[in-house]
This record gives sequence, C-alpha cells and structure tokens, in this order.
Amino acid sequence: MTSLVLLDFEGSEIKQPSRSAVAAALKLGEVHVLVAGHGIDAAATAASQLAGVTKVHKADSPVYDHSLAEPLADLLVSMAGHHDHLLAASTATGKNVMPRVAALLDVQPISDIAEVIDADTFIRPIYAGNAMATVKSSDAKKVITVRAASFDPVEATGGSAVIEDVAATAASTMSKFVSAELSKSERPELTAARIVVSGGRGMQNGDNFKLIDPIADKLGAAVGASRAAVDAGFVPNDYQVGQTGKIVAPDLYVAIGISGAIQHLAGMKDSKVIVAINKDEDAPIFQVADYGLVQDLFTALPELKAELEKA
Amino acid sequence: MKILVPVKRVVDYNVKVRVKADGTGVETSGVKMSMNPFDEISIEEAVRLKEKGVATEVIAVSMGVAACAETIRTALAMGADRGILVESAVELQPLAVAKLMKALVDKEQPQLVILGKQAIDDDMNATGQMLAALLGWPQGTFASKIEISGDGISVTREIDGGLETLALTLPAIVTSDLRLNEPRYASLPNIMKARKKPIETMKPEDLGVDPTPRLTLVSVAEPPKRQAGKKVGSVAELVSKLRTEAKVI
Ligand SMILES: Cc1cc2nc3c(=O)[nH]c(=O)nc-3n(C[C@H](O)[C@H](O)[C@H](O)COP(=O)(O)OP(=O)(O)OC[C@H]3O[C@@H](n4cnc5c(N)ncnc54)[C@H](O)[C@@H]3O)c2cc1C
Ligand SMILES: Nc1ncnc2c1ncn2[C@@H]1O[C@H](COP(=O)(O)O)[C@@H](O)[C@H]1O
Repeated sequence: MTSLVLLDFEGSEIKQPSRSAVAAALKLGEVHVLVAGHGIDAAATAASQLAGVTKVHKADSPVYDHSLAEPLADLLVSMAGHHDHLLAASTATGKNVMPRVAALLDVQPISDIAEVIDADTFIRPIYAGNAMATVKSSDAKKVITVRAASFDPVEATGGSAVIEDVAATAASTMSKFVSAELSKSERPELTAARIVVSGGRGMQNGDNFKLIDPIADKLGAAVGASRAAVDAGFVPNDYQVGQTGKIVAPDLYVAIGISGAIQHLAGMKDSKVIVAINKDEDAPIFQVADYGLVQDLFTALPELKAELEKA
Repeated sequence: MKILVPVKRVVDYNVKVRVKADGTGVETSGVKMSMNPFDEISIEEAVRLKEKGVATEVIAVSMGVAACAETIRTALAMGADRGILVESAVELQPLAVAKLMKALVDKEQPQLVILGKQAIDDDMNATGQMLAALLGWPQGTFASKIEISGDGISVTREIDGGLETLALTLPAIVTSDLRLNEPRYASLPNIMKARKKPIETMKPEDLGVDPTPRLTLVSVAEPPKRQAGKKVGSVAELVSKLRTEAKVI
C-alpha cells in the first residue's frame, strides 16, 4: 500500500504540518510525497531527506505557482492510480485542494484526522472537538487531511528518497492569482511553535498587543489570538486560533484576556500546559488551564516581562 | 444573476454538545438548532449583492430532515427570494450534498454558489470545493471579501500566512469565512413576509442522486478531559511553577 502526501513548503523548508501528515501516512505503509511549484529543486531535495519517505514526485511548472486548487487537484487526480491514500496536512492549501480531488475521484474525503486506526478507519474531531468520531470509509481510495497537532512530525533529515519528475497538467483558465498580503514575522509559525502566547478581546486594541511582544520574544513563542481580537482588527486574520482558525498543540499555551469559548478551546485544548491570565475568575478558560492567574492583564503583562528577564 | 446558497441546519453554536452514553453519536434531541453560522454569512452576502443590483434572485437550499424548512425560512426572512428543501431520510455527507447541489445548479443555472467554509457540526470543510470539482468551476474558498465585475469575480481569501486575492471567471463557487460580513437580524415584517415566500420540496431520487453515505460512523467518544489545574497567586509564582514544576520554560 502506498500513500501520496502533498507537501507545503517554502524555499527549502518542508512545513512542519506536512511532516506531521507524512507521520500519519507512515502508519498506513509506504510513503511517497508530492512537491508541486515552480523552481522547486531545493524543496524536492529537502523532501527527499524526510525520514521514512521513499519517493519524491516533483511537478515543476509555473502552473503550480501559488498552489491554485484547480491545477493542483488535476495533478493529484492524474497520480491517484498508483496510490491508495492521498493525504495533505489540514493547512489552507490542504483544505482547499483535497476535497476537490476527492470529488473528482467520487470519494468522500476524510477531513482533519487525529488518529489512524487502520487503512479504512480513522478518528476525527467533530463539533469543535467536543466529540471524537471513529469513521470507516467504504471508498476504494481515501482522500485525507491530517490534523497536524495530533501527529509528531517526522524528522526533516535522515531519509534518502529518489526524486522523479511528473508531467505537469494544464494551467487553469478559470482562476488566476492576483496578489497576496502576507504578515511578516521573525517569530516561529503558530502551528510549529513550542510556545504560543495568545491575546483576546481583553487586550482592548492592537497597540496593547505590543505588551505581549517582549514576552513572546523572551520565550521564543509565536503570537496567536482569539477570533474576537482578529474581528476587532487588533491583529491579522492568520493569528486566529480555534475551530475555524489554526489548531495548535504547543508545550505551553498562554491565553491572555481570552474567555475560553468552545470555538477557541477547539484550537488549543490539546496543548501540554495551559496558562490563563484573566481578571474574571469565572472565565471558562480556567476550567482547562493548568495554571490560572486571576489578575488584570495590564498589570500582569509588565510583571511577567520583568520576571522572565530576571533569570 | 442568480445566486444559490446552501444553508445547513446544525446544533446552535452556543450549545456544548454531549456524547451519547452508548457512543452512537451526540445528543441532538431537545437541543437548539440554528442555521450554520457561515451560511448566515453567505445569505447576507448574496442578499447584499441583490440589494446592489448585481444579483437578481437568491435561492436558499437546505438538505436533510423536514425541519430544515425552518432554516430556509430564516434565510427567506433575511432576504432570500425562495427556497428548495431536499428531504432525505439518510444522513447526507458532503459528497452527496455536492452531487445534489450539482443537480440543482444544472436546473437553476446560477452564476454563483456561496457556501459556508465549514459546517460546525461535522467540521468537514469540504462541500464547496467538491461542488466546484463536480461542476468544473473555479473555487474561491475561505473568502473574506468578494467583488463581482463583468464576467469575473475577485475573491480575497484567508490563508495560513495572511490574505490572498484570486480572480475567477464566472460561474464560480465561493465559500465564506467569518469576516466576509456581519449577518443582519431578520426584522419582524420580513419574518412575516418570509412566510409567503415559496419553498419547493424534493427528494434525492428526484434529482437522480444516490445519497448513500461513504463514511460509516463506527462510534463517537468524549475527547480526553482536561482537569482544571490550580490558581496561582502572583506572576512570580506562575513563572516559578512554569520553570520548576511544569518545566516548559
Ligand atoms: C462559527 C463560529 C466560529 C468561531 N471560531 C472561532 C475560532 O476559531 N477561534 C476563536 O477564538 N473564536 C471563534 N469563535 C468566537 C467565539 O465564540 C468567541 O466569541 C471568541 O472566542 C471570544 O473571544 P475572546 O475570548 O477574546 O473574547 P471575550 O469572550 O469577550 O472574552 C474576553 C475576556 O477577556 C477578559 N478581560 C477583559 N479585560 C481584561 C483585563 N484587563 N485583564 C484580564 N482579563 C480581561 C474578560 O474577563 C473575558 O474573559 C467562533 C464563533 C462562531 C460562531
Ligand atoms: N445538509 C446540507 N444542507 C445545506 N447545505 C449544506 C449541507 N451540508 C453542507 N452544506 C453546505 O456546505 C457547507 C460546508 O459544509 P461541510 O463541507 O460539511 O463543512 C455548509 O456551510 C453549507 O453551505
């Protein structure tokens, strides 16, 4: 049985969620990966070094620039004959492309798996993670997205897969990339960070997020946010943690001025250690926090910065 | 231009669902049901396009049990013109919904279908992409802004690193993200008016679709429970606990 995993990459780095998707695929048998893009020698080489991967399919063509769903789905469908399981991490690209692949193959996709039971059976969260469903697929091929936070990523090195070119499919005449507005940050990515510090509506405005910055820097943490903080424009959309944002499971998650709505918990409750700082002692976030501090964040954050700088 | 908007009846987002003791599913009897929040956003967007004179008709479609008619009424009260209810006794998974929607698109010939990015019950995030595939249409998923001009649509999407904008030809599929708009509340007069708007009812077989689920639900379990931990008295105590007890910093 061979799986094919569509990888997310940037330059010569295979994204951590994709390494988790490879880890999930390894539970099913042999793993091939697909890198698609333009001028991707470095990514293909990096992919060939992923632990456990035996073959890299490289689709190098301008057609795959910007990971448009239409040509990428066609590419995966063209390769489906040789693979029983087609997987990708539940990233923006994976979620965009894989269901399209599934429909073209007349398959019901299995979204956001958190566990592999056997070749047909998987566990996935439903209702914002308030229930875990075990589902068995009757489709001959499985099209899967993987909840990266639930699988330890494979090592970025140690493998020595062969690299094979794949013929590009036709360019899309229906969709065109126009522009992107990407937030730049020196900090680790939310879904890969060992520590995440998130702010909520309690932060009151975007400027106050600067109180979090030195703490995040000191801890080497990524900065996240609740939906309320994003909707209010305090921080960009890609900071959102939750049911409909990013799912994170760092070693340490610090929630500041976040009440702990079901939809937010859905994105962070698998973190190893949770800290909550909130002035309302009845805030639901305290029900999942290992360490709760009932305090006004505007006094707590400067104190926290000073305390971290001490040792 | 006609716009089709599928609206799903789901457990209200404020309800914390409970897993049934026998592990066959979650408790839905006696639980408040509402329109999937993303679908409210889609209806709002479609109605705004109609108010701007871009769209001519907004059709709300819901699929599932007979009570989905209530969800359609909500959409009609928000400003949709008419409804279609596809009644099905079997559970409809995204592949079946996408096939049924394709049959309706073939019939109604809309230029745009706006779906929710995700249904908050099954959390699949799949139906829109699947419908686009079945129709051979372009897709603009996770949209936070759309603009229609001539025979095209520009879609700004929420992606992992920020935002990106795509230009799609019409007809097209859009799936709405949370920040596309803020849906209105239906006014009382509009709720009254909605009662008179037509809802057509049909069955999957009328549309030539076999809705048999491909995924069997084996069991449903509670997620691992987190214990509430302890309260700390000060920032200093917090930092010291994180260093020496939890050893995470
Ligand atoms: C379909 C749908 C999807 C959603 N998806 C998500 C999602 O992915 N992620 C997400 O986060 N939410 C999501 N939500 C929204 C969610 O329901 C909540 O509304 C949101 O998480 C609330 O954010 P918050 O905790 O920052 O704000 P609030 O609930 O307003 O909480 C603010 C908290 O800050 C505290 N506070 C205020 N001032 C201070 C101070 N000075 N010092 C200390 N504490 C203070 C208050 O006590 C309060 O507990 C979704 C909702 C829907 C309907
Ligand atoms: N039974 C249904 N009736 C109407 N619309 C649906 C149904 N199931 C899914 N949809 C649409 O598909 C979107 C995504 O659902 P899902 O792929 O299940 O997460 C929803 O927001 C709805 O717009």
